[in-house]
Amino acid sequence: MIEILTSGALNTVQDLGRPGYLSIGVSTGGAMDRLALSIGNCLLGNPANSAGLEIAFFPFRLKLHADCRLAITGADCDARLDQRAIAPGWACNAKASQVLSLLPPKRGARCYLTFSGGLDVPPVLDSCSTDLKTGFGGLQGRGLLRGDRLAVAAPAAARRAEFGTALTMAFAERGAEVEVRVLPGAELEEFDESSRQAFFSQPWVVTQDANRMGMRLQGEPLRLAQPREMLSHGILPGTVQVPPSGQPIIQLADANTCGGYPKIAHVIDADLWRLAQVPAGTPLRFVPVDQEQAVAAQDALERQLVRLRQSVSYVLGAFTNFPASAYL
Amino acid sequence: MTGQACVGSAPRLHGAGSRGLLLDVAAGAFCSRLQQRVLALAERVRSLQGVEQAVPGMNNLLVVYTPALVNVNSLGEGLLQCWGELIDVPTMGREVEIPVVYGGAAGEDLPLIAEQAGLSVQAFVDLHSSGQYQVACLGAMPGFPYLSGLDPRLATPRRAVPRMRLEQGAVIIGGAQAGVMPCAAPSGWHVIGHTQCRLFDPEREQPALLQPGDRVRFSVAELLS
Repeated sequence: MIEILTSGALNTVQDLGRPGYLSIGVSTGGAMDRLALSIGNCLLGNPANSAGLEIAFFPFRLKLHADCRLAITGADCDARLDQRAIAPGWACNAKASQVLSLLPPKRGARCYLTFSGGLDVPPVLDSCSTDLKTGFGGLQGRGLLRGDRLAVAAPAAARRAEFGTALTMAFAERGAEVEVRVLPGAELEEFDESSRQAFFSQPWVVTQDANRMGMRLQGEPLRLAQPREMLSHGILPGTVQVPPSGQPIIQLADANTCGGYPKIAHVIDADLWRLAQVPAGTPLRFVPVDQEQAVAAQDALERQLVRLRQSVSYVLGAFTNFPASAYL
Repeated sequence: MTGQACVGSAPRLHGAGSRGLLLDVAAGAFCSRLQQRVLALAERVRSLQGVEQAVPGMNNLLVVYTPALVNVNSLGEGLLQCWGELIDVPTMGREVEIPVVYGGAAGEDLPLIAEQAGLSVQAFVDLHSSGQYQVACLGAMPGFPYLSGLDPRLATPRRAVPRMRLEQGAVIIGGAQAGVMPCAAPSGWHVIGHTQCRLFDPEREQPALLQPGDRVRFSVAELLS
């Protein structure tokens, strides 16, 4: 059992989401940084889709009511277990009555806490993820509050060697430019030439208006060559839409399943985790790639996770049955 | 219905990110006959190799696939071939009745938008409840139906200032579209009544009450003044 001592209202329980329900209007959801959650579960030998905590609002503190193993991945939040500093990307043994605390990130934006066996919350539509918009899944469909208690599925996990990984911890320095790779959107060619150039050449600043649903960017406005009326169509996380204001919006995990704005580009799946880790004020640059490069980038991420899994198995012994390549 | 005008539209394929492909068959305004074909296509492509999800939009279909299992080019060819084979599509979907308590506090915009339409409240409700609506697709909110078939006389531009909250079950009109709120949410649509029907319940075996292709009729449970 863990108990929340301090939390922003929008920190949530997340797993890898509920794909498969877009056609009835349910967002994909799940961890914004799927890679960080996956690394955490991997370090603990958890099943791939185990639920953890996504912490995006700080400070955050929780108390352990039983011994367990936990991992801290994603943003560097100066994590402490009582007085002991825990590095990001680290799996450690924790004892009952210890307090884990996180401070606002020095780098990155979202921290993931995973626990031995995962958090034990009832799945809704095949997932433990919190759908804040509709209010279901996770812990009663809402963000964490002080006093909340969550069960850890395997609290009595034996103490094991402690270790960590530096995988994908290379977050940009605060304020430094972040590159994300994009595929062309259906309406890219309908923007005027200077807008198409500006989209790829100027840095776009991430505004304060950014959450699990989407991220508004600011820069020189983009214009269509001709105004365009479009019928609503399904959209996936990573879609970069351009509303009449000319300022792009990147749709993210909890985005509406349907939209009608022109789409200039799509951030590739392999770079969605980067978006999850950019705080407001970060300059973003879009780098065009093709379908083959997008597939290769995703394969590279999955191979890294497979290698990590093999290393963890080597350190801990063959402790669990990993499903092959199901981490992202 | 817009009938003939929409039959000959050439399908267009667009990439929609790392694992999405959008088939767009729209030819201008929404066409409900074309939509029948889109819904039949969605059923058909769900069984294709590598297809994870088929998500109908308004005269378009988003296909979510696994790149490791299918090449995007051959998937595109498969989609176009299926589309070409689906010329004569039988009407699908069920008849669903949604009883509505019109007006009153839970339908507070009714008197005003009836007046704007130049209709009595009774006449407005008669037109709304005698219409035959069709669920084109679901989206925006879980279980929210994109309904076609609103009588053009009832169309009302959205509110200049959206309300911060419309309740679950609110029966609404926004522009030329009719709708029902599946959950409480901010909305710029006008509320003309309320229904007890729950359009979305994640605990139900069928979480969404309505499915694409269903035909909807609103019935008058009560008209409050």
